[in-house]
Amino acid sequence: MGLSTITDNLDVYVEGFVGTVTLTALGAAGALALGTALAAMRVSPVATLRAGGLLYVETLRNCPLPVLVVLMAFGLPKLGETFLWSFFAYGAVAIALYHAAFVCEAVRSGIGSVSTGQGEAARSLGLPFGQVLRLVVLPQAFRTVIPPLGNVLIALTKNTSVVALIDVTDITNNTELIINDTVDPIFAVLGSACAYLLLTLPMGLLVGRLEKRAAFAR
Amino acid sequence: MDQPAGSPLVVLEGVNKSFGPLHVLKDIDLQVGRGEVLVVIGPSGSGKSTMCRCINRLETVDSGRVLVDGQELPREGKALARLRADIGMVFQSFNLFAHMSVLDNVTLGPIKVRGVAKAEARERGRALLTRVGIGDKADAMPAQLSGGQQQRAAIARALAMQPKLMLFDEPTSALDPEYISEVLDVMRGLAEEGMTMVVVTHEMGFARSAGNRVAFMDGGRIVEVAPPEQFFNAPESPRARDFLGKILTH
Ligand SMILES: Nc1ncnc2c1ncn2[C@@H]1O[C@H](COP(=O)(O)OP(=O)(O)OP(=O)(O)O)[C@@H](O)[C@H]1O
Ligand SMILES: [Mg+2]
Repeated sequence: MGLSTITDNLDVYVEGFVGTVTLTALGAAGALALGTALAAMRVSPVATLRAGGLLYVETLRNCPLPVLVVLMAFGLPKLGETFLWSFFAYGAVAIALYHAAFVCEAVRSGIGSVSTGQGEAARSLGLPFGQVLRLVVLPQAFRTVIPPLGNVLIALTKNTSVVALIDVTDITNNTELIINDTVDPIFAVLGSACAYLLLTLPMGLLVGRLEKRAAFAR
Repeated sequence: MDQPAGSPLVVLEGVNKSFGPLHVLKDIDLQVGRGEVLVVIGPSGSGKSTMCRCINRLETVDSGRVLVDGQELPREGKALARLRADIGMVFQSFNLFAHMSVLDNVTLGPIKVRGVAKAEARERGRALLTRVGIGDKADAMPAQLSGGQQQRAAIARALAMQPKLMLFDEPTSALDPEYISEVLDVMRGLAEEGMTMVVVTHEMGFARSAGNRVAFMDGGRIVEVAPPEQFFNAPESPRARDFLGKILTH
């Protein structure tokens, strides 16, 4: 009971912390890559790509994350052996797919903030669409994208807790173990809050720094 | 209408273009000869910019054909990008890439599109910047330059691609008066070297001295095409007379 609920279970917290950090890193990497590709689709000159991007974003944004996690974990294996993964993998992929929709919208609004003349000048030089985006538009969009992207990544970190639903080891899941063990939910959850803060606070600081640096780089 | 000698570099045939219900280009027929400087003038909203942008397909046309050097510009994709590389475009608002140094602006196209080696591109880029009079600004960021310097950098960026054709859409309209002549001087130099140019401008002095022909647009049509002397001294159409009366007294 009390503070000892946390201190006695430090190893359990650490194990959960490692799980959450891994899920966050994998989920964020996947969401950033897929989200940027989706944003490129949504501004591409090809109508079917634009429609595909829109469909993806609207579907994923409007599907609750827990539903997605459970659907993947119990639905995908039915599609065959290729989709027989660990619960951890289902969780990470669901988190990446879900947050890619939000990354896409953040990046797209950043692209919208870059004046159309920049893209036109790049196209006039003979750069193909992909290079116009990669060399001229995205580097300038980056500045305005950092704050909303930071919010998406912090939300993603906290949202990793849904994998507890399918019994993946993370901070939330291990906190439940500690609650069952100690019958001291208040301190157990306080410990879990500290563990999440240990992750999200530095992220917030990092985002603030990047924002400052991008503002000066002009 | 005068026909330029030799096969024309730019041909517009029956070009029509609408923005929604707004019919902006109406049956445009136009040819620009090799080495010719065509000046396009006309009132605001007459379609000058749109016509200029149709030539490198920044705008698509609804009907008719646009040919550059005998080739019709494809609708989209890599082939279009390749043909665009041969057409330089200079915008009213400069549109230098804000996140790159002036020299990087000038070398981006040659390196990425033409596959020129980086060192060679930088050397040629510096030479071009010197030629337009801003050799000392190579390492500056665009925001650190005056309007006139930015526009000369933009011209150097277009020239770096060694284009067959240069399009200018009101290149001096966004400039403070004291910077206009330095940009026009660079353009005059280009014209003298034989560059084919389509220039949308309100600078009548430039039209007279550097233009081979003047095309007057009104309401989406090319109303009159004539050599500058003839156009300015004895315009045929009432609308051109009316337009000239307004800008020359003003
Ligand atoms: N992207 C667009 N969408 C809708 N309407 C447009 C668009 N671009 C131009 N227009 C309209 O088309 C008409 C012709 O425009 P354009 O820019 O070609 O005229 P302009 O002769 O260049 O005029 P200015 O001297 O003011 O630059 C105008 O009425 C303009 O409002
Ligand atoms: Mg215009």
